Order: sequence, then C-alpha cells, then structure tokens
Amino acid sequence: MSRRRHSDDSDAGQPHKRRRTSEPSEIEERLESLICRVGEKSNSSLESNLEGLAGVLEADLPNYKSKILRILCTVARLLPEKLTVYTTLVGLLNARNYNFGGEFVEAMIRQLKECLKVNMYNEAVHLVRFLSDLVNCHVIAAPSMVAMFENFVSVTQEEDVPQVRCDWYMFAFLSSLPWVGKELYEKKDAEMDRLLSQAESYLKRRQKIHVPMLQVWTADKPHPQEEYLDCLWCQIQKLKKDRWQERHILRPYLAFDSVLCEALQHNLPPFTPPPHTEDSVYPMPRVIFRMFDYTDDPEGPVMPGSHSVERFVIEENLHCIIKSHWKERKTCAAQLLSYPGNNKIPLNYHIVEVIFAELFQLPSPPHIEVMYTTLLIELCKLQPGSLPQVLAQATEMLYMRLDTMNTTCVDRFINWFSHHLSNFQFRWSWEDWSDCLTQDLEKPKPKFVREVLEKCMRLSYHQRIIDIVPASFSVLSPANPVCIYKYGDESNRSLPGYTVALCLTIAIKNKASNDEIFSILKDVPNPNQDDDDGEGFTFNPLKIEVFVQTLLHLAAKSFSHSFSALAKFHEVFKTLAESDEGKLHVLRVVYEVWKNHPQMIAVLVDKMIRTQIVDCAAVANWIFSSELAHDFTRFYVWEILHSTIRKMNKHVLKIHKELEETKARLARQHKRRDSDDDDDDDDRSTDREDGPLEEQIERLQEKVESAQSEQKNLFLVIFQRFIMLLTEHLVRCETGGIDVFTPWYKSCIERLQQIFLQHHQIIQQYMVTLENLLFTAELDHHILAVFQQFCALQA
Amino acid sequence: RAGPGSAAMSSGGTLSILRSDSYAELSQYRDQHFRGTRYDQERLLRKSCTLYVGNLSFYTTEEQIHELFGKSGDIKKVIMGLDKIKKTACGFCFVEYYARGDAENAMRYINGTRLDDRIIRTDWDAGFKEGRQYGRGRSGGQVRDEYRQDYDAGRGGYGKTVQCQ
Repeated sequence: MSRRRHSDDSDAGQPHKRRRTSEPSEIEERLESLICRVGEKSNSSLESNLEGLAGVLEADLPNYKSKILRILCTVARLLPEKLTVYTTLVGLLNARNYNFGGEFVEAMIRQLKECLKVNMYNEAVHLVRFLSDLVNCHVIAAPSMVAMFENFVSVTQEEDVPQVRCDWYMFAFLSSLPWVGKELYEKKDAEMDRLLSQAESYLKRRQKIHVPMLQVWTADKPHPQEEYLDCLWCQIQKLKKDRWQERHILRPYLAFDSVLCEALQHNLPPFTPPPHTEDSVYPMPRVIFRMFDYTDDPEGPVMPGSHSVERFVIEENLHCIIKSHWKERKTCAAQLLSYPGNNKIPLNYHIVEVIFAELFQLPSPPHIEVMYTTLLIELCKLQPGSLPQVLAQATEMLYMRLDTMNTTCVDRFINWFSHHLSNFQFRWSWEDWSDCLTQDLEKPKPKFVREVLEKCMRLSYHQRIIDIVPASFSVLSPANPVCIYKYGDESNRSLPGYTVALCLTIAIKNKASNDEIFSILKDVPNPNQDDDDGEGFTFNPLKIEVFVQTLLHLAAKSFSHSFSALAKFHEVFKTLAESDEGKLHVLRVVYEVWKNHPQMIAVLVDKMIRTQIVDCAAVANWIFSSELAHDFTRFYVWEILHSTIRKMNKHVLKIHKELEETKARLARQHKRRDSDDDDDDDDRSTDREDGPLEEQIERLQEKVESAQSEQKNLFLVIFQRFIMLLTEHLVRCETGGIDVFTPWYKSCIERLQQIFLQHHQIIQQYMVTLENLLFTAELDHHILAVFQQFCALQA
Repeated sequence: RAGPGSAAMSSGGTLSILRSDSYAELSQYRDQHFRGTRYDQERLLRKSCTLYVGNLSFYTTEEQIHELFGKSGDIKKVIMGLDKIKKTACGFCFVEYYARGDAENAMRYINGTRLDDRIIRTDWDAGFKEGRQYGRGRSGGQVRDEYRQDYDAGRGGYGKTVQCQ
C-alpha cells in the first residue's frame, strides 16, 4: 500500500473504492427520474411527454415490471400534486397492457392496507384519490369504486370507535369527489345519493366540541373558521348542485379519451376497512383557515369562493407542494409559483393564505416555523413586483383582526413579522398602526406591537428600534436591556448585605474560589432566623440575593460571560439553591437583575436547568408566582415555560432511549451466547457477563421512572396553578359583577389551551389523573370547557 | 406503536427528488488547518452539530446570533470569532447545537438570510478546537479582510492591504 501524505491528497483514507455502478440500479434511477420528471416544464406538450413515457415504460415492462410498479405506487403516494398526470400515465399503460393495469391496482390496494396499518393516514388519502381518478382513466370500473366508498361510509355505523376514525373514512370519500364525483354519479346515481345522504346524517350527528380550540380567530367575521369536514361537505354539496361540473383540475386523460375508452377496466377487489385497534392513531381534526376572498384582489382574477370545490383543490395541491419540497426553499417557491392556472386564479393570494394556514395551524405547524419565513422571502425574490404587496396586505389584515386571534397564533405572528422585518431593514409604515397607541397597553394590538418591537430589538439593538419607529411609538418601545444591580450605588449602602456584596465583588474580581465565596457569605445574616428546617442548612434568601446579584452584575457583559460565571460558581449555586425555596429565590433574583433583558433571563434559566441549579418545577412555580404577575402575559414568559417543558420531555426520551439501547445490547449478548459453542456450561461466567448490563438496566429503569414522575409532576403543577389563577379571577368577577372576559383572562385561558395543544401526546397519558384530580365536575365551567375540548380532539 | 411517517414501507420507500436536501449538504470548503485525513474531516462534518457562520458585521453580538440561530433549535454554545491581535470580534462565529437536526434546519433556513442587514453564510464545521476562534489573516482578522478591495463599513472599512497603501 503506498504511503500518502494526508491533507494534500484529497483521496487520503477514502474507504470506498470507486467501482462501476451496476446496471440495474442505474436503470432504476433512470426510470425513477423519467417518471418523476414528467409534467415538469418542457419544450414538448404534456400529452406528447406522457405518450412518449408510456411507450418507454411499456418496452421496459418485460424486464423491469416490479421496479416500475414500485415507482408508480410511490409517486401515487408521495406526489399527490401531480395526481392526474400519473393516473393518465397508468391509464395509457393499462390500455397497452391490461395485465399490468391489474397488477398495479392490486399493488395499490396492498399499499393502501399497509398505510392504514401503520397510521399513515395522510398518505392513504392520496392513494384513495388516485384510485378514484383511475376511474376517469378507464382503469377501474366505476361500480367497484362506489362499492369501496360504500364500505368507507359504513365505518360511520361502527360502534365504540373514536370519532376521528369515522372522520377519516368520510374525508377519504368526500375529498375524492372533486376528481371522480361526475363519473360516479353518471354511472351509479342512486347509490351515490344514498352515500351522500348517509354522509349528511353523519356530519349532522358528529360532535364538534374540539372546534373552538383549533380556530385561529374566535370571530366569524369576515370569514368563518369552519371545521374541515363541514367545509368540505358544503363544497361537495355545491359541486353536486353544479351537476358535478368541475373546471379547475387539469385532466390530461381527456386528451387521450379515444385511446382510454378502448381499454378494459378492472374491478377493485372488495375492500374491508381494517378494524380499529389500540394502536390506531388517526389524524386530528382541523379547522380551515381563510383570510382572503374575491374582494381582496379587485384588479385580478376572481378568487374561488370558500365553498367552491376549486378552492379545496387549489389549497390541497399547494399544501402538497410544500410537503414535497419543504427542505428545498428555492424549489418550493418555484413550484408554488408555477402552479397551473396562474392567470385564472389570484395565485399569490392563495399561496400566502396557504402558508399562513400552515404557520397558524393548531396545535402545531406541519413544519418548523422558520421555514415559512424563509419561504416567503424566496417568494418575494421571485415575484418582487407583486408578492410583497400581497404580504403587506396580509400583515395589515392580520393586525386588524388581532382582537380575536388565538394567543398561540399571535405568538407565531410576532415571531414571523419581526424576523421578516429584520430581512428588510425593518421598513414598515408604523404610523398606519397609530390607532393602537390610544388603547390600553394590555389590549391585543398595542401588545402585539410591543412584542414585535422587542423581538426586532433582539435581532438588532436598542437604538436601532428607537430610530425605526415614529416618536409617538416610544410608549411601546422595549426597555434598554441593561442589568439592575441593587448594590451598585453608594446610596444603597444602607441595604442589608451591601458590604458583603462589595466584598464579594472584590473577591470574584480577584479570582476567588468557591470555598472563599462560601466563607464570605457566612457573614450574611438570615432574615428567616426562625424558619430553620432542622436539616442543618437553612434557606437564606439574603445570601442568595447578595451572591446572585453580585455575580450576575459582574458577568453582565455577554451571555458567554454569564455562562462562565454559572459554571465557575456552580457549587455555590447548588448549595444555595438546594431547597425548593432556594431554587425559587434564585429565579426571583435573576428576574430582579435582568427584568429589562428578557432574552438574558431565558438563556440563564435554560442554563440553570441544564446544570441542575434549578429544576423544571421550580421554573413553573416561579412563572405563576406573584412576583411575575406583572409580566405574566408577556410572550417571553411563555417561551420560557414551553422551553422548560420541552427540556423535560427531551430528558425523558433520552433516558428511555438509553434504556432501550441497553436492553438491546443485553438481548444481543444473549443471542451471541446462545449461538456460541453448546458445551459451555459455566453458568456463573455468563451471569457475570450479564451482571453489569442487567445492573445498568435496573438503574436506567429507575431513572426512567423517576424522570417520568418528574415530568408528570411538572404538568400537574402547571395545571394546578392555572386552575387557581383562573378560579380567583372568575370568583372576583362574579362577586364584583364585572365581565369575565378581560384581555388578561383571554390571554390566560388561551395559554392553558396552549399547554394542552402543544404537549398533547404526553398529556394524553395523564387523562385519568387529570379527570379525577384536577378537572373535576366542581370546576368552573369556563375552565372545564378547555379540558373537555381537549378530550374531544382524539375522541 | 407506529406513528405517521414510518419510513420503512416494504412497497415504497421514497423518491430521490424528495430526498433532495441541497442546503444541508457539505460545501466544497475544507479547513486546511484540520488535523487528520480528509476522510476523518468529512466524517466529522457529516455528524457535526456545529456551524461556521461568516460575513457577520464586526458589531454583531452574541445575543443577536443566539436570537437568530435559536429559531432552528436549542443552542448549546456560541463562540465569537476574534481578531488574533486585538481580541475583538472580526466577523465570524461558531454556533453549536445539541441536535444535528437543528443545525440542518439552520443550514436550510437561516443560511443566506440577513443578520444586521448582511446576508450571512453558514457551513458545516468539524468541531470547535481551542485556537480556531482566531482570524488567520496576517493582520489578525480573517483572510478575506486582508485582500478585499471594497469598502465594507461593518468589517473595518477597506481591506487591510488596501488600507496599508
């Protein structure tokens, strides 16, 4: 082996040898590429491309049939925005090769069953729609499709199943009708009428308690936030009234009608919906987000109405495009903008509406929030003459409707708008929003502007924000993020602990050790002299105050300085904050020092949790404490709480993963031993091998249980505190005869909802405890309603 | 219990056009001061949670970087790039995340957007080592600021070579 010098030789140490790629995988890649790219921009027409591709695939069938089947099934499942392109392709193939058509249909049914088995319901809908469009391509006989739909609709008659299960089958049926309603009605009108009437009665009787929790706005004007099945039903009813005439969907198969109608059709095998099991997890219900209608773009093409099937199809396709290309922002933007029908629909408005629909979706957006910010920026780059104006119009509309917008959605609006502005030199016509200056600062509009300006400051600096807003907006401008050191001024020398603070300052500047710090602090008197807990170490709030104030002040220069300080004096922190009261007091002092700099508070709390100076429950209690009441409705407080909950959740997952991995290691060890030579009968040595691993598993098991218990306790503390706070407010209002719905109340109750929604998977585990312990029938109905809406989400 | 998105479906899998993730790929750049083989370097880059961030203004603070990069996930550490002589910020930094997925999202959505009105650039880094926080230009800052011909108010004005003329 030749010696190679390392950094000079670009091939140094390459482990793989370059070898010729084997032919079959090359061909499979080529086939996949050909199939995936059909329908993209091309010099030839779509029809001639489809014709050409059908010819190529037909020729490849003898050798590559199973690969072609696999690829076609996969595009059916994963590229629903190109549904009709691929159903046409399958139609052409079926016309040329009847057996292939039959095998494809069988493969699709197998794939559908598998999707349902592993809870891939969104992809299953695409498969059902694909199958139904195959009726239009003369691949599947209409009566057999109707029969499948009859089986779907009969799921609504099942007893003791979650409503979300029946919902899915109803959705799969109704949402296929824009594509195939006409054909099915022409062939089987009596059966279809029966199905539609069954649908109507199901939709009438299903419960919709969950809807308020998922709505972005609580007001119905100007656009009602409809439950997704209700909206779809109205759309289908309108379609039926229009005699199933649907003009938006591109149907390439129409051009091939003469060829396709010669083809023999296949019957779908009878399809029994797989039964409900304990492991079934159905999609959560949704509310349809609407912010635009035809009045918003009077110059351009008319926007299809909210109950038109065109609106449904456009929105579905745009959502699918985002789902396909979310990782590639330039491609995603380009694909969205090249959605067909550009001159017949106000595409920019649809795109902006769909993006905000995802950003504001409850419980969570389908993708990470920052993706939407960057996607909108890419779209602005591609359409600089039109899209920014639509975005500005949208922002204005969202601002106008802040009074009824869900608090969680307002959070997202704040994050999006401030980040967006930071990419455009913070240019905005703030004077247009002067109306908020005359309102109570707790009202949604001024609150929104304050939070936006604070976030803008975090991305730049204080003076910049003062410069970008009109002088009249100074009441909403963020505070200069400076630290407040109570022992700083000579005038404070009468404060208890002042001299110790001075002493500490000098000591720390002279690189004192933890021990030296302890001995200085020994001199601090304890105002709680009588509250000795008998354990030998008492909670001394003054000690904590002097130490934490001084240290944070000395380390105020940057995050890194503060983190170093926490690390260097970790021992002191741990000792001072050993008790629950100690932890709470540390947090209080951090707040007192840094209340002008919420970002600093957040990163310090994060670091203190990670280094176990405080625990999650302490943070929760601190947030609900009276000291923080003034800031209770500020955005940063909830960012801290949710970040705390997420850390707790990640911690549990991490230990659980460790436990599973160790168990797997033990299992592998056993397997190795079992397959080794059989005449090893020295049992004691094998026990010894297992010993350490088994011990580890036992320890990890305990760790998991303890972590899960801490997690549950955290949620219980949070819910308990919410209930106390809300009950207090409700009682006060009742006795005082004042209206319950103050801005504070709306914010608080929506924050409670936010806890349920954002962590719904974990909270599902605690339903019994919550029902029996906290959310009992004696609770005020305002609070109980939130719990009941939550229960309705997976009912 | 299998959740939505279970990858291993025997009849399908995925499509290569949907696997495309160009923003999260390795760039052509390789740190010439890296100690180890090219192979080691690429292995580290492919599992790294650390990003190099370039084209920052000299005035951009750790706090601003934390706020922006915090949008793709929890940050473990920010290390500011310093002029080797002056020990002041010289326009780059490292951002380390706890999870690689969060770093990938930063590459997808924060790379190529603005911070302090400047388009910033992120790239995978093999991992911070003491000494790497210093500029490698002769004058103490970054190499790019040695030879740059244009005037950049956020990066000390003209390039060092031009300044010395």
